[in-house]
Parts: sequence; structure tokens; C-alpha cells
Amino acid sequence: MKTLEDLKNFYETALMPDLKVLEQQRRGVVRKVAWVIIATASIAGVAFFVAMQSLREAGPVVIFPIIAGLLIGAGVCYLLTRGYVADFKALVIERIVHFIDDNLSYEPKRCIDKSTFMLSKIFTTKPNRYKGDDLVSGKVGATQIQFSELHAEYEINSGKNRHRYTVFRGIFFIGDFNKDFTGQTIVLPDTAEKLFGRLGQKLQSLNIFRGNLIKLEDPEFESHFVVYGSDQIEARYVLSTSLMARITDFKKKTGKKIHLSFIGSMVFVAVSYTRSLFEPRLFKTLLDFEPVRQYFEDLQLAVGIVDDLNLNTRIWSKE
Amino acid sequence: MWIAVGIGIVVLLVVILIYNGLIARKNLVAKVFGTIDALLKKRYDLIPQLVATVKAYMQHERSLLTEITEARAKAVSGRLSDDQQVELDNVVSKTLGSIMVAVENYPDLKANQNFMHLQRTMNEIEEQISAARRAYNAAVEAFNNAVEMFPTNILASMMGYKTKSFFEIAAEQRENVNADKLLKS
Repeated sequence: MKTLEDLKNFYETALMPDLKVLEQQRRGVVRKVAWVIIATASIAGVAFFVAMQSLREAGPVVIFPIIAGLLIGAGVCYLLTRGYVADFKALVIERIVHFIDDNLSYEPKRCIDKSTFMLSKIFTTKPNRYKGDDLVSGKVGATQIQFSELHAEYEINSGKNRHRYTVFRGIFFIGDFNKDFTGQTIVLPDTAEKLFGRLGQKLQSLNIFRGNLIKLEDPEFESHFVVYGSDQIEARYVLSTSLMARITDFKKKTGKKIHLSFIGSMVFVAVSYTRSLFEPRLFKTLLDFEPVRQYFEDLQLAVGIVDDLNLNTRIWSKE
Repeated sequence: MWIAVGIGIVVLLVVILIYNGLIARKNLVAKVFGTIDALLKKRYDLIPQLVATVKAYMQHERSLLTEITEARAKAVSGRLSDDQQVELDNVVSKTLGSIMVAVENYPDLKANQNFMHLQRTMNEIEEQISAARRAYNAAVEAFNNAVEMFPTNILASMMGYKTKSFFEIAAEQRENVNADKLLKS
């Protein structure tokens, strides 16, 4: 496991020379983007002024060219930053991934696909807007893993009544579990029991979409999570007392909302975030350790799931 | 009149629900107990293989091997009361633990493919047995709650249900778990 001290060394010796080059590129991009913004804003301002004058004769139609102009401006900004974002990911994120574990590979434009996301059965709503990037995959010790950033949303209606709900946003992790099993066990954040106590538990047991409610012995684990499964015994085989403690520790360590599921001898972990991950900050300098630390910690959190859940312990039949 | 009929129907429905709930809980306890039994049998089936593999290497622990073979023979003979069965299971667990610890003294045996496979299978069964025991305790807790809590206790006492005792892990088995951990490290 790499420490912050290791990261600092890596940042100063290996990363810094490339960051300096990238910083030059960033400044160039920022200058161009600033020009585009100024130009678009001034043209839009003049156009707006003219439009207000002729609004009475021509009607609201005159607003459209302004909107089109703004969109073109945004498009140009996107094109200008695209190359920089790609270079940033190759030079910074990919190298941090390799710094954490050399066996891992990184594909900036790919993500965990939607069918796999649904296969986890963590989320019952099928998203109709689904995107993601920064796919990391490979073997950590004996465990094959894969994770990426995901943003899955569900949109209803269109036009003015359009509403978008976030199904999931954050890091979605898949790992090869160290025990073989055939059923499904799903671990979700506990809300009902926290709010309503025993009555909440009763409500949870009535959740027909999820299967049997599995009531486990670990009170701390039970206070954070609710577990559903296809088999009472298998769920306990998967969620051994030590794994429950590990999941609780992982939840406390990250301070994030955690969903897990165990299906087809795989473990799926969804760690919720409210911010974008592994993206460059265009308007701030690159020569700062803080964002690098943040990228490292977000990546380490996902890769560290292998150790946190003890997935490399292979003392059972499955090798 | 209709109100009385309505109340009567509601009461009847509640009674049916409680009755079925009690039966379901009782059956769950029996089902999980059956699983524990099946898993213990699975463990017994592995013992001859284990003894055969280990025998060639182990020189000083012959008595352990004899002990476990005898215990297995007794267990599979099937003429035992529940208490005797539990006692025998404990003996088997303890002896298995001692054998696994003794293995540490035989590096050749530890590296033996056949033994490694057996050890993994044993670990898996032990883990399954532990899961089944936990499931049994959870089922017993739900059953006991129903037997003792109001209003289900009224019907439970009419049906002659009594609380069941939990599966307690014997002190030897706790030690056995530690022996397992020793092997894991």
C-alpha cells in the first residue's frame, strides 16, 4: 500500500517535470478560452441590445441567434479544452494509477457498462441517461478488479416538466470475490431502520423487490446497513463476522454512502460521490500537490477495497 | 350486526396470519438445523481422505488420527442422541483443529497439493457450518420472540410452542477458530 509520503516523493521527482509542461499547455488553453468567452460575451451583449430594440417588431424570434451564438461559444471552449483534458489524464491520472499498482490498466474514455451496472442489482431503477469514464482494471494480488466513475440518471417527461433523478453517481467497483456462491446478497444503506426502529425493520421485511430480509448479528453493521438475500445461510456465508466488521470500517473510513452486492461469485461496490472525479481544474494551477493527493486518494479508495474487504485471502476452495 | 361480522373477519384474519407466521418460523428453525446436519455430514465425509493424506507424513500424532477416525465412525453409525451428536461434533472440531496445527511441523505436507486442496475444502465447510449456526441462531431468535411477545405468545402457548435454545459455541471450538487463524497467517 502506497503512503502519502511515497506519493509526495513521486510527485516531486517523477510527476513534476511533466506537470510543468502540462501547466504551460493549460495556460495556453486558458488564454484561448478567455478570448472565446470575452468574444462570445461581447457579441452576445451587442446582439442582446439590438434584439431588445427590435423585439417589438420581430418578436421573440430574435433571441434564438443569441442562444445559438452562446452554444457555439461553449462548443469552441469544449474543443479547445479537449486535447488538454486527454493529455492531463494520460500524464497525471494514468501515472497515478500505475504508481498505485503497476498491474492496473487505465482507459480514460471507457466505463463499466450499463448491463453490468444493472447486473449488480444494487439499483432497481434502470437509468435512461448513463455515462462514465476513467475505467481502471487489472489484478491486485489474486483478485481481478475493475472500477470506473459513473453517473446514472433517470429522466422523466420532457420539455418544461422534465425531471432528472440521480440513480447513482460515484465510483462503481467490481471485484472477484474469494468465495464461491450461487445466490444473491445485497447490502444497502439503512434508512428505514434508522428513522423508525423496529417498525422500519418490519417495513424492510416487506420489500418484495429485494428478497428476504437478512437480520445479522453485528449491531454496528446493522445500524449502517440493511441486507437482502436469496438464502439466509448463504448470506451469512458471504457476510462472515469479519467481513461485516470490515464493511463497517470501510464505510466509516470513507464517510460515504456505500452499496454492495454479492452475485455470481463477484462483489459489486458502489461508493457515492457528489463531485466529478479525476477531472482537471482548468482555472487553477497544476503545480499544486493538493489535487494530486485528491486524485490519489480517490483511486486508492477504490483499489484499496481489495485489502479493505480482504479479497486476497484465498483459503477457501476458490483460488 | 355487520360491524360484528366485520370485526370477526378481521380477528380471524389476524389469527390466521399469526398462526402461519409461527409455523413458518418453526419450519425455518428446522430447515436451518437440517442444513447444519448436512454440512456436518459433509465434513465427516472428508475425514477419511484427510487421514489418508496426512498419515504418511505425521509420525508423532498418530493418536490424533486414531481419535478422529473413531469419532467419525461413531458419528456416522447414526445411533446417537442429539446431545451425544453435539458432543461428538465438538470432539471432531477440536481434533481437526489440533491436526491442522500439527501440520505446521511438516513443511512437505503443507506443500502437498492434495492436502492443500483438502485444507481449502475444510476451511470452506467450517465457514459454511459457522454461517449455518449463525442462521440457526437468527431463526431461533425470531421464533423465540414470537413465542414470548404479545400477541403472538397467546397462540404460541395454545399451540404448545416453547422457546428453543441457541447454538452456543463451545470453548474448544473458539480455540479451534484461533487455530484456523494461525494457519491463515
